[in-house]
Amino acid sequence: MTWLRSLWQSTIGKKVVMAVTGLILFGFVIGHLLGNMQVLLPDGARRINHYSRFLHENAGLLWGARATLLIALILHLITSLQLTLRNRKARPEPYRVKRWREASYASRTMMLSGPIIFFYIVYHLAHLTTGQAHPDFNPDDVYRNLVIGFGVWWASGAYIVAQILIAMHISHGAWSMFQSVGLNHPLYTPPLKMLARVLAIGIAAGYISIPVAVMTGLVT
Amino acid sequence: MNFTLRIWRQKGPASPGDLVTYPMKDVSPDMSLLEMLDGLNERLIAEGQEPIAFESDCREGICGVCGLTINGIPHGRRRSTTTCQLHMRMFEDGEEITIEPFRAGCFPVVKDLVVDRRAFDRIIASGGFISASTGSAPEANSLPVSKKMSDRAMDAAQCIGCGACVASCPNGSAMLFVGAKISHLGLLPQGQPERYDRARKMVAQMDREGFGACTNTGECEAVCPKDISLEFIARMFRDYLRSVFVERPESGAGGGP
Repeated sequence: MTWLRSLWQSTIGKKVVMAVTGLILFGFVIGHLLGNMQVLLPDGARRINHYSRFLHENAGLLWGARATLLIALILHLITSLQLTLRNRKARPEPYRVKRWREASYASRTMMLSGPIIFFYIVYHLAHLTTGQAHPDFNPDDVYRNLVIGFGVWWASGAYIVAQILIAMHISHGAWSMFQSVGLNHPLYTPPLKMLARVLAIGIAAGYISIPVAVMTGLVT
Repeated sequence: MNFTLRIWRQKGPASPGDLVTYPMKDVSPDMSLLEMLDGLNERLIAEGQEPIAFESDCREGICGVCGLTINGIPHGRRRSTTTCQLHMRMFEDGEEITIEPFRAGCFPVVKDLVVDRRAFDRIIASGGFISASTGSAPEANSLPVSKKMSDRAMDAAQCIGCGACVASCPNGSAMLFVGAKISHLGLLPQGQPERYDRARKMVAQMDREGFGACTNTGECEAVCPKDISLEFIARMFRDYLRSVFVERPESGAGGGP
């Protein structure tokens, strides 16, 4: 197992961990969006509650996915903290004047958007999964939880801000994960970067449409 | 042309540094930035002051010795250009020009604008070479290299080891430099025998030196005077990962499995 240890101790190995765990979390962001967008379809109340029942009836699938996501999230967090500490040390003295040529705002603020997203995830779970942060939670009626939960303006506001940060995180991460496993090609990388940005905006727009639909009364 | 220069002055590695302002009058637009600094140093010497320490050698953009951060960009705002090839006509008359050393934890300041880049030499010494018996040169056609591969190898081999990639990186990462050095040998037949060992050894030395990890911001590629591409970082990742996953540890004995 020496190879595994030397991989984990190297900066390249840690970047691979970031990429693979990032891919798992990115997959969840897409799956979660597709599942929850059902609320906007005709007869959304029945559909979303049916979907929720389906997930809970397949406990193996649900807990398998939850365990995978939890492990991916923990590894993503620990590795990013280790890399950030290392990077701070490698860059101790700031420039008096610094101009960026290429680095996007999103790419330079991954360690800002990331931690905020983490705290948002904790709140979001307490809000709509376990209910401690919800005014009137009913574990069997996801639809009602959603409508009542997003009826609170600041809860919707926090949700929308978090989606914008997630979009920023994804706009860099979704192409960066390819680079971090050694995939870069002059033909495919530029469109991939574009795709990452389009996906990030699309995902954020999709998620934001849910509280907006509640607040504007389209979903009641 | 007239300029206001703000230049980083630092007596030694341990002493604190700060920006000092020097007005410059009647600068020729055809002067390079380094020639202007030469002029300023002559003035400082005549006035009995300590001249500004900075490095330069070939002054034609191929040696990699010169390297200053000019208005927040290593080698200045002109793309694909080293500091020595940056001429004063690239600046606006009356402009304030801030000159700082290449900053990184692995590049400690020696004096003023001079930094210690020997960490790069140690990375090269760890594997940036091929092992070949010396003697008369072999027949050139005995080792075919396609034009495509030779071009790509040369794209990587253009790296002059100036360190602008590290200086521009928000993480002080040397991955563009190491990627270029691993790739220019790894793309050629002569580099194959040691290819994966080389990747493993050079990455290990890069990590030991304390360079940061790449966050794919692309800043290094944008300031590189030789336009080294991020593609070579990806290639280093592939060679390194292969060295970890596929290569077998060396066994003492020769022969079969």
